[in-house]
Amino acid sequence: MTTELHVVGQSVARSDGVGSVTGRSLFTADRSFPGMLHLKMVRSPVHHALLKGVDLSEAEKVRGFVRALTHADVPHNVYTILGLIGVEPEEEFVLAVDRVRYKGEPIVAILAETEAAAMEAVSKVRLDLEELPAVFDVEEALQPGAPVVTHWGNNTFMFEGHNCRRVRYGDVEQGFAEADHIVEGVYSTSPIEQAPLETTGCIALPEANGRYTVYTNTQALYFSLDNTSIILQVPGNRLHFIGGMVGGGFGGKVDVIVEPLATLGAMKTNRPVRYVYSRSEEMQVSSTRSAWKIRVKDGVTSDGRIIARKVTSYADSGAYSRQTPYALTKHAANAAGPYAIPNVWIDAYCVYTNRTPTSAMRGFGVTMASFAIEVQMDRIAERVGVDPWTIRFLNAYRNGDIKPHRKPAEDATLIETMQAAAVLVGHDLPEAFKAMTSDPRPTQEGGR
Amino acid sequence: MARLRGTGMAAVNYPTGMNLGGDPSQALVHATTSGSFIVTLSATDLGQGLRTVIGQIAAETLGVAYEEVVIDTADTDTGPHDMGTFASRATHRVGNAVKAAALEAREAVLELAAEELEAAVEDLVTDGHGNVLVNGVPSRSLRIADLASRAQFQYGRTIAGRGSFMKPKSGVDPETGAMDPDSTEAHACTIAEVEVDTETGEVAVLSIRSAYEVGRQVNPALVRGQIVGGAWMGMSHALYETTEPYYPSRDHSPKDFAEYLMPGPREVPEIDCVVLEMPSSNGPYGVKGVGEMTANSPIPAIVNAIYHACGVRIDSLPVTPEAILRGLDALA
Repeated sequence: MTTELHVVGQSVARSDGVGSVTGRSLFTADRSFPGMLHLKMVRSPVHHALLKGVDLSEAEKVRGFVRALTHADVPHNVYTILGLIGVEPEEEFVLAVDRVRYKGEPIVAILAETEAAAMEAVSKVRLDLEELPAVFDVEEALQPGAPVVTHWGNNTFMFEGHNCRRVRYGDVEQGFAEADHIVEGVYSTSPIEQAPLETTGCIALPEANGRYTVYTNTQALYFSLDNTSIILQVPGNRLHFIGGMVGGGFGGKVDVIVEPLATLGAMKTNRPVRYVYSRSEEMQVSSTRSAWKIRVKDGVTSDGRIIARKVTSYADSGAYSRQTPYALTKHAANAAGPYAIPNVWIDAYCVYTNRTPTSAMRGFGVTMASFAIEVQMDRIAERVGVDPWTIRFLNAYRNGDIKPHRKPAEDATLIETMQAAAVLVGHDLPEAFKAMTSDPRPTQEGGR
Repeated sequence: MARLRGTGMAAVNYPTGMNLGGDPSQALVHATTSGSFIVTLSATDLGQGLRTVIGQIAAETLGVAYEEVVIDTADTDTGPHDMGTFASRATHRVGNAVKAAALEAREAVLELAAEELEAAVEDLVTDGHGNVLVNGVPSRSLRIADLASRAQFQYGRTIAGRGSFMKPKSGVDPETGAMDPDSTEAHACTIAEVEVDTETGEVAVLSIRSAYEVGRQVNPALVRGQIVGGAWMGMSHALYETTEPYYPSRDHSPKDFAEYLMPGPREVPEIDCVVLEMPSSNGPYGVKGVGEMTANSPIPAIVNAIYHACGVRIDSLPVTPEAILRGLDALA
């Protein structure tokens, strides 16, 4: 093969560009099928309650009502999305049984001839609820006596026997003892919506051969198919998932929420079933980016070297963990930032509260670590009395440095990237920083 | 009361891949009778341009024009398994799988060409425009389209390839956190300039300028699109967005885009970037990935710029006008 590249590196026009800007691209919700039913969800109006009864009698009288789906219709009603990669325990209820854990939790699915009939029937379902105390603050949820959110009796996700994801590298207390400055910060963020233009949704069709075709805008077709197969206890070969155009994901379409119930509806009625979120469901019921609280304590020498970093992070998972435990691990691998620090301690907690479950979003566990660490870097620079460029060049990691999670750095280019940024904005760096590279350190320094 | 300007910076790394659970992607490639190539995937394009960059990688490897490659995505009956489009993994993982599949199909083309040209496979090259040539003897060449047609009607052979890429699952040591969670690291450094109105507490972002190092760019216009879109998203995260404005209270939650605040066209700053290319060792043609990271560095850069402008150190997102005014009051 020739080494010269012909098309990699060229800005060819995106293949879906013309279709999307002229309104011709076909998205999931653009499809319609004869006899298609509409699914709308009866949701918990409160944050935490015992569910003592569901009365469908008035809903059933609504013109166009076809049937309801309750937890008793769901073959495997308690599941965990990441069960596919071995994450335990099974914890999320497809449809609530005797307790609701967040405002908006699905209780009964209504299938009707039209969207309007489905919404009217939803409004006529009577719920008998006995409200329970709710917990919303991550640190409060960890206190003894706090309301317990999970059905298995703990407000933290357990990481192989520990209630947080740990990183232990070097001796952080020794580092603090040797430091000239201790710099501390507490950083917090609120939940954020992925805000795709196209809301989450799918249409499930019964086929003549006994299979079910599911048009879906999921970010991960097999992830959705395999979880649907588990929840409905049907062999995977009876399911055919088709994607195509997706109007943005940003992590908001990796949970498997709509496909199992739409497919179940198609099985029970032998008719196509459409389950597409409204914008309000997308914003308030669909997973968001977790809120985070991140405590950072750094030990720094008088010349600006960070020699110890301790990070304690809490991700507010909401009522179910979904993809958040993975985010915590990814967070732990990146919470020290792109810096060479010889002593690091990280505790990252996945905390359950009575709010909408949180899950994946662009930057998964890293975005908020970057916010905390990069504001902290400026705090350190100010304390030491150097500028923001200097503190970053002094501590930048290089190839061959061992990261706190004990992986040697490769493909490190932080130094070169900062040099390019300085040129871009016309900031004249000291010669010593202009001359730096990410090449491995000389061996006598290699132990950092 | 004044409008105070400041600049702030941030520098970040971002990992590619999600292999803490195993991270496979697979692809199939086959030639049609007219010498086009169909790439079949279950991976899905979210609108970021996956079809386009995968088509480029397949065309590059096969030695044909980009227009000759058709990408059939997102069907579990036809496309082999893929983990999903997330974790900045698709261009790297799916790209590697497609490259492997295209190499196998390319081998089938070259074997046939070797027979017809009476040359050794090792002596054959492709020109990127759909021709196989004997290296150094341009007169001895064949069109890949003709070879594909003859493979099917004359020789009864397949021109096809299977490709798989998987970084095996890394366990995590629960005591120390030792793990291998990713394949490569991309980097960014952002400098933001803001203007803080000390009377209203409002923050206007004037510019977001960044350097990125993302390995090989398969499609520079799409990379730039990610950087510009991500700068907007980062600015939006820093100053506007949340589903729970009084977190941890659940009250006053927005339910549509009228209530959920985001910057509009009037608020979008000057966004500029420079992109370095330092190819990775394990991505297709040196790809790293630029999917998720572009919203990250703008957030702390804006927060640091606010401090530089007015002396208010912000620790909590989003930075509302109320937070700025309370911070200014505390300084007074």
